[in-house]
Amino acid sequence: MTSSRAALAARCSRAFVGALIALFAPAAAAHAFLDHASPRVGSTVHGPPAEVKVWFTQELEPAFSALRVLDKDGKQVDRKDKQLDPSDRAVMRVSLPQLPAGTYRVQWRALSVDTHVTEGDFTFTVAP
Amino acid sequence: MALRTQLRLFALLACLAVPALAVAHGIAGKRFFPATPTTDDPFVADELSLPLITQRQLPDVLQTRISGEYTKRVTQNFGIGFGVNHLRLANEQGVAKGFDNLSLSAKYQFYKSDAREAVASIGVDWDVGGSGAKAVGAESFSTVTPGLFVGKGFGDLPDSVKYLRPFAVTSALGVAIPSRKRSTTIDDMGNEAIEEHPDVLKLGFAVEYSLPYLQSFVKDVGLREPFNRLIPLVEFDLQKPIDRGATRLSGTVNPGIVWAGRYMQFALEAIVPVNSLSGSRSGVLLQVHFFIDDIFPRSFGRPVF
Repeated sequence: MTSSRAALAARCSRAFVGALIALFAPAAAAHAFLDHASPRVGSTVHGPPAEVKVWFTQELEPAFSALRVLDKDGKQVDRKDKQLDPSDRAVMRVSLPQLPAGTYRVQWRALSVDTHVTEGDFTFTVAP
Repeated sequence: MALRTQLRLFALLACLAVPALAVAHGIAGKRFFPATPTTDDPFVADELSLPLITQRQLPDVLQTRISGEYTKRVTQNFGIGFGVNHLRLANEQGVAKGFDNLSLSAKYQFYKSDAREAVASIGVDWDVGGSGAKAVGAESFSTVTPGLFVGKGFGDLPDSVKYLRPFAVTSALGVAIPSRKRSTTIDDMGNEAIEEHPDVLKLGFAVEYSLPYLQSFVKDVGLREPFNRLIPLVEFDLQKPIDRGATRLSGTVNPGIVWAGRYMQFALEAIVPVNSLSGSRSGVLLQVHFFIDDIFPRSFGRPVF
């Protein structure tokens, strides 16, 4: 009786540990949310940035993910060369021309590898 | 017998004071709504709430409740769920333990606006009479609660008040309708008494301020793990019997905090009674909640159809 209980306890422990590993392992799943960005969300930068870089909480599918930078009139001003970082597919970037001073809106759309779609936007300001 | 009768009466009050279990998280546009542990929110989702533990001092009885609930999407917008609750009721005269009635639920999400961060659903909760232990006051009759559930994020506010955009509210309005209108009981002395079972208006709402929303869409204020995933909130859970021996309003106000991760969330709330009918001192709520649709996105976490 005692040995069978011990065996049951051992099986339960293994199952519990397995469940925890499954829950916390850095597998690519779940919705992709913005973790942080450069320039930072809502920030003011002095001098035009060379690119916008966004870190997500999940790896992304490149074909259906998007990153655009718009000026105050809604015109797209980035170089339309959005790409995922080859070494970290949770990072998306787009390069910028020399931007004049002003406030810009970054729009993103993220398709995580398990097909969950999220989207959002934020602004940053270029100060002279 | 007297103890049992008294505990049963306390249990009836306890059951009245405990909100419906059905909880869900969801996304509308940029808004992530956490699963609010007290207020039934409007989303249909694949989720497991286990455990949800509450302890509170009701009038003359200390109630400890351990609950679990599983909800499953049948289609993208329609889901079903079931919940179980284990109760422990204690006072100076003794302790009663056992399961409350099984809870079954169904919900249909009929509206969602990503641009407005808004969602609305209708649903029904069925407290299955006779499925629980009489010792803890589980009713022999069923109670059906149809309800309307809404959620709204304030991300569409203008730039001038951008720091209010992380606010969101969810609300649930329902009427609990018992299948038996009154019961006749006989006490130890052989005296007959009639117990009324009124319809009960139930109102729950939650006001939350999402730090993840602030960080990701409004202003990066430099919060990092675990603080960038915290959602402070206040929940209101109110009930008012509306006929047949109606008593005054009762309920609680629950300030607390939710930490929402990729696959699960934790919630901790204080339970503050709004009046003496609702309890004599504050209690506590703790919840662990798993997002099954995110943990198993290609199997258990998908809608059946």
